[in-house]
Amino acid sequence: MASFPWWPQAASGYASEVDFLFGSLLVIAALTSGLVFFLLLFFANKYRHTSNADRSGTTKKTWRWEIGWTTASLLIFVGLAVWGANLYVHLYNPPPDALQIFVVGKQWMWKAEHPGGQREINELHVPVGQDVRLVLASQDVIHSFYVPALRIKQDVVPGRYETMWFQADKVGRYHLFCAEYCGTDHAHMGGWVTVMDARAYGDWLKAQGGEMTLADQGQQLFRRYGCSGCHESGGTVRAPQLEGVFGSPVPLSNGSVVIADDKYIRDSILDPKAQVAAGYAPVMPTFAGQISEDDLAKLVAYIESIGPSGGRAAR
Amino acid sequence: MLAPPNLSYLNAKTGIRSWLLTTDHKRIALLYFASITFFFAVGGIAATLIRFELITPGPTLGSPDFYNRLFTMHGIIMVWFFLIPSIPATMGNFMIPMMIGARDLAFPRLNLASWYFYIAGGIVTITALLLGGVDTGWTFYEPYSTFYATGYVILTVFGIFLSGFSSILTGLNFIVTTHKLRAPGMTWYRLPVFVWSTYATSLILVLATPVLAMTLIMLLVERVFHVGIFSPQLGGDPLLFQHMFWFYSHPAVYIMILPSMGVISELVPVFARKPLFGYEFVVWCSIAIAGIGFLVWGHHMFVAGQALYASLAFSFLSYLVAVPSAVKVFNWIATMHEGWIHFDAPMLYAFGFIGLFTVGGLTGLFLAALAVDVHVTDTYFVVAHFHYIMVGGAVMGYFGGLHYWWPKITGRLYPDYWARFAAILAFFGFNLTFFPQFILGYLGMPRRYQSYPPEFQVWHVLSSAGASILAVGYALPLFYFSWSILKGKRAPANPWHATGLEWTTPSPPPPANFEETPVVIRPPYQYDREGNPLMQADNG
Amino acid sequence: MAERATSFQYATLTQQRETATLGMWAFLSTEVLFFGALIAAYINYRIWFGAEFIAAASMTKVALGTANTAILLTSSACMASAVWSNEAGSRRGAVWWLVATAALGVAFVGVKFFEYSLEYGERLVPAVNFDSTRYSGATEIFFTFYFCATLLHALHLLIGVGLVGWLIHRIGRRGVDDGPATRLIGLYWHFVDIVWIFLFPLIYLAGRNG
Repeated sequence: MASFPWWPQAASGYASEVDFLFGSLLVIAALTSGLVFFLLLFFANKYRHTSNADRSGTTKKTWRWEIGWTTASLLIFVGLAVWGANLYVHLYNPPPDALQIFVVGKQWMWKAEHPGGQREINELHVPVGQDVRLVLASQDVIHSFYVPALRIKQDVVPGRYETMWFQADKVGRYHLFCAEYCGTDHAHMGGWVTVMDARAYGDWLKAQGGEMTLADQGQQLFRRYGCSGCHESGGTVRAPQLEGVFGSPVPLSNGSVVIADDKYIRDSILDPKAQVAAGYAPVMPTFAGQISEDDLAKLVAYIESIGPSGGRAAR
Repeated sequence: MLAPPNLSYLNAKTGIRSWLLTTDHKRIALLYFASITFFFAVGGIAATLIRFELITPGPTLGSPDFYNRLFTMHGIIMVWFFLIPSIPATMGNFMIPMMIGARDLAFPRLNLASWYFYIAGGIVTITALLLGGVDTGWTFYEPYSTFYATGYVILTVFGIFLSGFSSILTGLNFIVTTHKLRAPGMTWYRLPVFVWSTYATSLILVLATPVLAMTLIMLLVERVFHVGIFSPQLGGDPLLFQHMFWFYSHPAVYIMILPSMGVISELVPVFARKPLFGYEFVVWCSIAIAGIGFLVWGHHMFVAGQALYASLAFSFLSYLVAVPSAVKVFNWIATMHEGWIHFDAPMLYAFGFIGLFTVGGLTGLFLAALAVDVHVTDTYFVVAHFHYIMVGGAVMGYFGGLHYWWPKITGRLYPDYWARFAAILAFFGFNLTFFPQFILGYLGMPRRYQSYPPEFQVWHVLSSAGASILAVGYALPLFYFSWSILKGKRAPANPWHATGLEWTTPSPPPPANFEETPVVIRPPYQYDREGNPLMQADNG
Repeated sequence: MAERATSFQYATLTQQRETATLGMWAFLSTEVLFFGALIAAYINYRIWFGAEFIAAASMTKVALGTANTAILLTSSACMASAVWSNEAGSRRGAVWWLVATAALGVAFVGVKFFEYSLEYGERLVPAVNFDSTRYSGATEIFFTFYFCATLLHALHLLIGVGLVGWLIHRIGRRGVDDGPATRLIGLYWHFVDIVWIFLFPLIYLAGRNG
């Protein structure tokens, strides 16, 4: 109660860069508002109606002043826009071999699924100094995954995958919040992100068990939902074989080409007729409403594991 | 000093029917004023309860659901039933015809109809809130509002839909009036800036409100009939809802602030007894804000999952829309240079506006910077930012205008000492309430949280303390204004030495505003070197 | 709307007429954005769903839609003739052209509801009897838009018929209208017509270009 927290912890290099931009904005804001307040008070005092200050100056320099401050504001603003955008673009370029963790938001909890099959709720354990990519999905309404110490936030819109990535460089426990209003217990939809050093992280993974990797669990589901009946060799219906598909370009029946990433795999399970691979009949039934986001994550992890690189999820 | 007028719009007719069926823009303005004051009080009570709830990190007053309904009610009432109609429907209604030398608005009966739409919408919404309220937040985000929200979503949305007709009719009336009913000699560049800015506001009202209406219709169809439009469970796109909602709701921010800027552009030259610096620039900045304001809605969605290039464009345009606002601030300050500055209550509100709007505007630059926005969007930083604009800006302007035109509207003077005290109290109360929220926001405190980590408590307590001061600052005018109606000194026609047409006619004005149609001979805000007003029309 | 004598806030009758006309244009600009929002949302899904939406669009009754387009265009011509007759001082001409306009408006709504009944028979009405085992989710969204757009348009048209009816009554009793009312209602009628000119290709012709 007695302490006044002024500045949030910064747990990543990116967070420090955002802080630097924020600090620069603070300086600009302080200088500008300082100038405005100073002139306001200075004029208010100097030209108060009872004073006999000199008022003989000409007011005919309107244009010069107007153009001056319009241009000055414009230049400063454009500079700030570019700076802010430059950092933002960084968030859109995840490094290729990041550790991938699936996170599913639902009223009112965050469920994380690690590649090794470890699961946790309202907690996220990640290793320090390593790139981590989160694949986010929502089971119901829009949520927003927010870790202030990392200065990152991503709305999780139901019906699609969102991704975000970070590299935490400071061991510690940091708040995890839901930042998009999602109903009754919105304020309780959160917990902690724990950044651990490599050894502690390894120990933690082991202690959590994880009998089966996410990809192995996905393989089981692949059988249970009947996907293997068509998508494995020897199937009765002609359907695309999925080995080596992940991450590679897929020509579609409408002539366009998409990269088979996690979003495409997920969409193809739920709405198979939307993007049909060229040369195949649109005969696959939809699985919308039948597979939960948790299971979808496993299936995607499985398809990824049989991809050309063997999949990072399999590691 | 003029003798007290015998016949004014206030006493020309009597009886409740003469008010409820009036087509006099001045009386309709008062009808609006009374109802808006009521809604401001309701929204204010909700705000007080919110600040009370947040004093402790855990639940203080009630359940999470109670809190969710509270902030939803605060938002809906304040946005649609106070801020949007606030200045246009009261002072705009009253003053636009007077400032341009007209006898009424172009369509007096539509004007009355707009008030009835407003009241109908208000009654429906208040009914929904009394029945148990609604827990969607004022933004009604999909799919929460259609398939997950509890409470009276349909009724509330219908109430807002009804009030939209009031916005459209008011805006339409102002546009046509400004075009067609100007007095002889009142050219466009002789219009007071307040008329220009309500004109720009009206353009937004007429062009943006129908989009909200359609969005709400689609929301209702989805919620009532359970068919897919926005909900992903039924194949829809929830981001489309956000795009359509903000296509209205971002321009709506300018509906709130532009009229206030117009008021400040009246106050500063009048109380500095000097022509407004850069009149044409201030005027065209209003139009530019209204225009560019339609192109920046996507800055509410930087983390919502919209395309990268959309975000880049929206960020750039958001900086662009900040330029005309900055230019206005510089022009107001330059107006004071070599003026004869008087510190009456309206001018103190104008000072408060300029200070708070500057802070609000500058923090807007933080939010337009994409990488910073990712961190602070949906936190208290945003809450603080838009309260600096809407309360520090719009409400300060509202009170400034009210104190400025009160003698004209009622024919009575209020105690200036108390008014200055209230202005200063509101200024400091406001800063104590909302400045800590900037810090909270950067620390990472999300908005719409009933419970929060205990380390944030100290700033919440400060904020709540400030809110209690602010509440006193806003409640005081209620008392001395009421007092002034009963006991205040009679106001002369032009107590502030202003130059506009509205000050050439007695206070309160006669039913037809002017004895005879004024002939305008010069631009507004003309003062000689000694600060003596040169009226826009010679009172003949 | 329009008084025969100048209302007290106007200096001249010309000013009053110009004011009323500008008011109608401002109102129509609101309407443009109102329907524009719906059409923008529709186009968004047209792109989003692609082929599925086109397939749904081909289930609409293009013959009836085309007939209705013809009916509405004719009604606009009648409306224009009514305005012209009124200005030429022909009370009889104005009344009869207006009657024709209103009759065509009613005919349009009649055809429209006949069309709805066919769609009801095919179990294509979302929220009422939509058969989701037969049709895809995109089809349901298409028809939700279809019914929203055409019902809102029909509502506007019925308001127009009401206004025309009022005008018939007025001109019939008081002689030709020397105020702005006829022109204003004409403007409104043409606007409702133009909305249909946009809806027709978007709804009926979208899936039929191949």
